[in-house]
Amino acid sequence: MAEQQQRPIVSMRGTRLSMAFQKPKNVGATIRRILAYFGSSKYALIVVCIMLIISAGSALAGSYFLKPLVNNYIIPGNFKGLAVTLAVLAGIYLIGVVASYFQGRIMVTIGQRTANLMRKNLFEMMQDLPLRFFDTYTHGELMSRFTNDIDNVEMAIEQSVVQLISGVLTFVGTLVMMLVLSPTLFAVAAVILAFMIFLSINLSKKSTVYFRAQQKSLGDLNGYIEEMVDGLKVVKVFGHEQATSSKFAGLNEEFRSSAATATFLSGVVMPLMGNLSRVCYATVAIAGGVLAITGHLDTGSLVAFLQYSYQVGRPIDQVTNQLSVLLAALAGAERIFQVMDQQAEVNGGTVTLVSVTHAEDGPIVETPEGIKTDEWAWSVPRDNGHTLVPLKGDVRFDHVTFSYDGVTPVLKNISLYAKPGQTIAFVGSTGAGKTTITNLINRFYDVQEGTITYDGIDVKTIRKSDLRRSLGMVLQDTHLFTGTVMDNIRYGRLDATDDECRLAAKRASADSFIRRLPQGYDTVITGDGGNLSQGQRQLLAITRAYVADPPVMILDEATSSIDTRTERLIEQGMDALMEGRTVFVIAHRMSTVRNAKAIIVLEHGEVVERGNHDSLLAEKGRYFQLYTGQSALE
Amino acid sequence: MIKKFWSYIGNYKSLIILSPLCVMLDVVCELSMPFLMGKIVDNGIPALNLQYIIQVGILMIGLALVAMLLGSLNHKLAAEVSQGFAANLRQALFDRVQSFSFSNIDTFSTASLVTRLTNDVTQLQNTLLMSMRFLTRAPLMLICALVFAIAINAKLAIILFMAIPVLVAGISVIVGQAERFFKAVQAKIDAVNGTVEENLIGIRVVKAFVREPHEKTKFKKSSDELSDTAIRAGSLVVTIMPIMLLVLNGATIAVIWFGGRMVGNHQLGTGELVGFISYVMLILQSVLMVSTILMMLARARASAERIIEVLGTTPDIADKQFVLAPHAVADPRVNAEAPSEEAAIQHGAIEFRHVDFKYTATGKGENVLSDINLTIQPGEFVALVGGTGSGKSTMVSLIPRLYDVSDGQILVDGVDVRDYKLATLRSSIGMVLQKNVLFSGTIRENLLWGNAAATQKEIEEAAQNAQAHDFIMSFPDGYDTDLGQGGVNVSGGQKQRLCIARALLKKPHILIMDDSTSAVDSATEAKMRASFRENLKDTTILTIAQRVSSVQEADKIIVLDDGRIVGIGTHAELLANNPAYQAICASQMEGVVANG
Repeated sequence: MAEQQQRPIVSMRGTRLSMAFQKPKNVGATIRRILAYFGSSKYALIVVCIMLIISAGSALAGSYFLKPLVNNYIIPGNFKGLAVTLAVLAGIYLIGVVASYFQGRIMVTIGQRTANLMRKNLFEMMQDLPLRFFDTYTHGELMSRFTNDIDNVEMAIEQSVVQLISGVLTFVGTLVMMLVLSPTLFAVAAVILAFMIFLSINLSKKSTVYFRAQQKSLGDLNGYIEEMVDGLKVVKVFGHEQATSSKFAGLNEEFRSSAATATFLSGVVMPLMGNLSRVCYATVAIAGGVLAITGHLDTGSLVAFLQYSYQVGRPIDQVTNQLSVLLAALAGAERIFQVMDQQAEVNGGTVTLVSVTHAEDGPIVETPEGIKTDEWAWSVPRDNGHTLVPLKGDVRFDHVTFSYDGVTPVLKNISLYAKPGQTIAFVGSTGAGKTTITNLINRFYDVQEGTITYDGIDVKTIRKSDLRRSLGMVLQDTHLFTGTVMDNIRYGRLDATDDECRLAAKRASADSFIRRLPQGYDTVITGDGGNLSQGQRQLLAITRAYVADPPVMILDEATSSIDTRTERLIEQGMDALMEGRTVFVIAHRMSTVRNAKAIIVLEHGEVVERGNHDSLLAEKGRYFQLYTGQSALE
Repeated sequence: MIKKFWSYIGNYKSLIILSPLCVMLDVVCELSMPFLMGKIVDNGIPALNLQYIIQVGILMIGLALVAMLLGSLNHKLAAEVSQGFAANLRQALFDRVQSFSFSNIDTFSTASLVTRLTNDVTQLQNTLLMSMRFLTRAPLMLICALVFAIAINAKLAIILFMAIPVLVAGISVIVGQAERFFKAVQAKIDAVNGTVEENLIGIRVVKAFVREPHEKTKFKKSSDELSDTAIRAGSLVVTIMPIMLLVLNGATIAVIWFGGRMVGNHQLGTGELVGFISYVMLILQSVLMVSTILMMLARARASAERIIEVLGTTPDIADKQFVLAPHAVADPRVNAEAPSEEAAIQHGAIEFRHVDFKYTATGKGENVLSDINLTIQPGEFVALVGGTGSGKSTMVSLIPRLYDVSDGQILVDGVDVRDYKLATLRSSIGMVLQKNVLFSGTIRENLLWGNAAATQKEIEEAAQNAQAHDFIMSFPDGYDTDLGQGGVNVSGGQKQRLCIARALLKKPHILIMDDSTSAVDSATEAKMRASFRENLKDTTILTIAQRVSSVQEADKIIVLDDGRIVGIGTHAELLANNPAYQAICASQMEGVVANG
């Protein structure tokens, strides 16, 4: 009855298949970090260990009881004693069942709580990471931290750990019991057991080699699938279906053959161990028979010993099985921690944004906690207290040089100045550095050389969240979130009332289309706004920025034009939004450029021309060329 | 459902039939052990018959070795068959996806297709693997163990007939309940993943609006909900084990009690009693095994359904059925319907006749194109302008039959496009898509997509025409420069030029460029136009562009608005009398130059 403690033999996920090759780099440190997530549950782990010992012990005891049952009661026919002993056995069993139940319950809770904590922690850490981080990882990679890796950790906690411990306990317990029952028979069994352990270690080494091969061809195969499905339309346009399919067939066959071997090797452990146990059982039966005949062993001990040896291989199989799952989980945990260990966005600024009001005698003063006015100021810490600098929206670039990769400069020695209330338009071809300039103002990235000041304060000293709160942004690609239209508008300012949101929509010329939606403002947007047209999404983005009502706006106008009616609406919306604010706009619309106070022409990261529309046209330089398409050739 | 997948087992069918045979023999060998052990204890030992003990013992060792062999063989079969099945299925899926028309592609997202080809196939492979290992084994074990148990003592077996229904009932109630919980868990998992995905896509918005705390709260809520539901589901599942233990241990105690009395009355041997206890364990284990497999099968169903969805999607654009010559002669009407095998595109004249189009996939039912009539002469340079959603891309994609017209017809060189073989039609048309991709490999390998047999001279010619040669040569490895996956090693404008060169290498009679120079700067684009004019005189060129500068020298500019042609003419003509075109120009610089 030694195997009672085991879990269902059928693995639900076939985990061994995909994981055996993964190896964690620093097991000790990773385990310690995972344990830290257990929090107070750590103490529950001790309870679980006790439960495991009880349930394994109860299972082992069952077989051992056979000896006295047979020798003292069954063979002599002492039924009263039999009843009493069975009652004791029933009690032991019951304790085992109860222990097994609580152990299961506790581990499920611990596993889920730990996974949940890790998941939330990972997400929170990720929110604090700089954009640079999101540029270097694909969404798929990051998603798999949340899906596969967390899943594996949870599975390992819930099942593998327990099975591993109970496997070891059962195996050791079985050996001890065998030794106690009959040292001679134990010696016989030990020879076979040693061979079994040797075989299982060798097999798992061998299968690791094949798993690596399998994993490599799986990587090739999946990479090809991804690339070809992604480029499917190109494949069709070029009529390359045949060629693609036959190349796929090659990769597919390569994977099949290595996978079949790896699968076989990992699976064959089970019949080998199972049947070697039975060889052990038979050998013990012979040897025990001999001992019994010669009077060296009683029947009770023999049958109890046989019960232990019948499936002694199970825990070996169980432990090798769970080890690979556990290692895969640790590797997953390492990947999770790797993300968590990334440097968070530097948020060292000390200058904060505060709500102010005019004092009776003229100067502005900070409003008391909880009271907000429409006026804002920067609170700059000084040696003794704070100075208040009114928020105006005066932005200057002073000899700014920037590079994304530290090698190729994207902006070279840029200087520019926006007076409060002015609109500055950036024009230039793709890759000239227009978006980069806007990315630097709100510190999505930090400049490497030069400074950017905001109302005379270096942006690096302003607390990042306050800086961004003072800046509105409408990006070229409009991203909407699952929720109602109203929720999406309110994303601009979470405490905006419904009426404020409606008013913003009216100002941004979005109200009319929203009201025509099936449920108006309560229409649910799904899948990044897939059910709205591009123009409608842009109108919502404008409304969202409107609600936030910041003194400075950064606009990245969409490149592609929309149908003429929506285009006009967006133009109106944009114009309304720009009124009375400092605006940096990456311009594509004629009206925007023409109305701009200053136009900056960028080329290869440098300012090549600046001025207003008329003066630049008169110059007949790059600006003139850009929009007339007259190139140097003609 | 099994029927649908059976054919993909293909040449492994004979192996799959071998499997239950192996399992059956294996189970018989394995399960005879406790029975034989009973014989040793009851017959050999009391009789002091050493020879009997050794004989039976050796028989047991032999049976164990046979079982080991058969068991291993079955595992071998299971590995081969399941991986073979997966490979067949994957190939079928891949080929089916390859045959998809554009509107088929539009209905599935890339990610969902990739998941089906990878995870879902693996899921089914695992299910087949586990089924071959255990699905036949469990019931056989149950029956076999029952037979042996009855053979030992039929009266004692009554205990088993009482315990089994209790266990089955208990487990099926829990599994049934768990099923519902698992569905709820899946829904919560989807919600969590959705939140993460949305956050990743919109991370710039999140940061720009300083909404990190808001996002964290949102995530916390969905993550906590997932955790709570999962704990509830898990707590239910973990009751299976104690219930099994309870029944198993109860039955064991009953067996020892009643069996012990029988031994006392010499109706049963001690060895038999212990053997019987082993069968109790085996029987209850097999019941548990069945329940686990059933749970696994339920999970595999979702994958199977997703795969069937792909396999069940038939491409809606295909060659017309060829009709064999004798039939064609017998029925001239059929002949007229059949694509002329000989028909090849010689000149590149295009005609749209009363073309209407609506996307059936999106189910919106509104015309994207309405009553398009247009004639393009061979060698003409035609430009299409109009806002997003005006139908430009749709219009050009109808020519190589990426989509089929809903009404009307399109003729190339006087023949309806649907009457060409698809391969013929598409090989004569070079199309540069708006969302274009390069594949991993070298520049040369990518360009050769246009024509696998192209010489270096032809490659360079095409690259020169696309204004790509110079920048290619500026790389240390020239044409052998590795592009990395998706062409990450080149800039957007360079990528577009490579895509154009790739299309030019086909030496197409018709070249279609769907907004494919947007990242190319105006000067380079002008050079490209000049070289096209010189070297591609006979090629009909259709281009879609946003910049007026890209289109103003076209022989013909077609202005589209809301799916209708609202103007055809040269730049000068349209500027003079077409309000829609004037509006487009006015939004760019020309208007100013023209006005001022």
